[in-house]
Amino acid sequence: MEILGAVFAAVYQFGDAFAFLVLSACGLAVIFGMMGVINLAHGEFIMCGAYVTVMTNRLGVPLPVAILAGALVAGAVGVLVERLVIRHLYSRPLDTIVATWGISLIATQGTLIVLGSTMPGVGTPFGSFEFAGLSYSYYRIVLMLSAVAVLAILYLFFTRTRFGVLARATIQVPSMAEALGVDTRFIYAMTFGLGAALAGLTGGLYAPTMTMVPTMGTTFIMEAFVTVVVGGADVFLGTAPAAAVLAVVKATLTSWYGQLFGQIGLLIAVIIVIRVLPRGISGFILRERA
Amino acid sequence: MRREVLLSTAGLRAGYGGKPILQGVDLEVREGEIVAVIGRNGVGKSTLMRALIGLLPATGGAIVFKGESVEALPAHKRATLGIGYVPQGRDVFPRMSVEENLKVGESIRGSATAADYERVFASFPILKERRAQRAGTLSGGQQQQLAIGRVMISSPQLVLLDEPSEGIQPSIVQDIARTMMEINRSTGVTIVFVEQNLDMIRTMAQRCYVMDKGRIVAAIDAHELDNREAIRRYLAV
Repeated sequence: MEILGAVFAAVYQFGDAFAFLVLSACGLAVIFGMMGVINLAHGEFIMCGAYVTVMTNRLGVPLPVAILAGALVAGAVGVLVERLVIRHLYSRPLDTIVATWGISLIATQGTLIVLGSTMPGVGTPFGSFEFAGLSYSYYRIVLMLSAVAVLAILYLFFTRTRFGVLARATIQVPSMAEALGVDTRFIYAMTFGLGAALAGLTGGLYAPTMTMVPTMGTTFIMEAFVTVVVGGADVFLGTAPAAAVLAVVKATLTSWYGQLFGQIGLLIAVIIVIRVLPRGISGFILRERA
Repeated sequence: MRREVLLSTAGLRAGYGGKPILQGVDLEVREGEIVAVIGRNGVGKSTLMRALIGLLPATGGAIVFKGESVEALPAHKRATLGIGYVPQGRDVFPRMSVEENLKVGESIRGSATAADYERVFASFPILKERRAQRAGTLSGGQQQQLAIGRVMISSPQLVLLDEPSEGIQPSIVQDIARTMMEINRSTGVTIVFVEQNLDMIRTMAQRCYVMDKGRIVAAIDAHELDNREAIRRYLAV
């Protein structure tokens, strides 16, 4: 029973870390992988989703609906940001970094001014259960299932829907997609919106587990960037395996040495991966296949 | 009987980064014609193709397609009016299957039916055989057939072919030329193609425009096409 308990604890830790890495990174990965845009405002889209989720939930809307509302609002803000700012900078990738960093600062400080330094949150639902003497949260299990569901839905979306096929074509050879009648500006706007909506979804999902402060997005940023860098540009071939590898590193170090060493471990892992596979896991897989 | 003018340009200018390449191109193509654009390397033939589809903005002059001025329209709008573009180097979507590549081609018209796919597969049987294969793993000749099939899926009225023979083995070049002529006969599609390969020009073209230094400098009629030496002179470096 003791061994079973230890195994369960390890699997739970791994699943928790995997879910956090996947959900942190998916929106960033879609925007970077599909458009090559490095979105430093990623954390603020997560914050936006979390705030909208909490505010709608406190109005009496059920939590799952509130989370979807958070994702939708973040997605709409994303489309707006693409229209107003990102669109004008596609040929200037370095400028996009500065611009999205600026958006990030404005969003954080704006939220601080308008809504104050903190906001009452909503409690974590579903309570907890005990297994082999240790206590576990049901909601964390929901988060793990959500991460797997997000990966599955994204995969089906990009391979089975017409929009997904056109988006992949646009990413591979933009000029050719345009010449075949694809409105590539629309595709870019929607893809950026999708990435922002995924970030909002992540914010909504984690809102019940966190303190609501305007800088809460930074909690996700390190994990998100580490996962995308290790994964490389392809969302499916990169993000999921990168999250799996990093989750092992993070879960192991966190349970043995604590949170800080978990984070240090991730940074060391990313340095090693960049040395060995400069284009990330997906770059490696694609080169092998080409 | 003279057929309607499908595509014409007047004083068309375009270039890269302020460097003018096209210096005022005037041409006229009628419905159902197969017209070659020939000339030495670097005279602006590919640039002309990119300017016609709209991947390169016109800096001056006019492009009229089906009686409508299109020089200000973005490429995807021109495509949906019925222009199919097959670029130099083919530009298939390498990490997508043959079938997915064809699916993107549907965007020219918005949708396609099973009959459209059967029509394209009848012209290019290899595409049916390889429909699930990743386009990046096809040979050059197969990629060329895919790039042509990808625009034909939407039955455009005008097809722009940029050096269809480039990097393809001679036997396949002849196959592709014959297939294009068949499609032209059966559907009446108008074809404008850039080419250096003398055999392909003589097989396919009904007449030629000769380009030099960003302008059309000569037109070769059908009866002159039999004169190998005349064409060779224009192609000579």
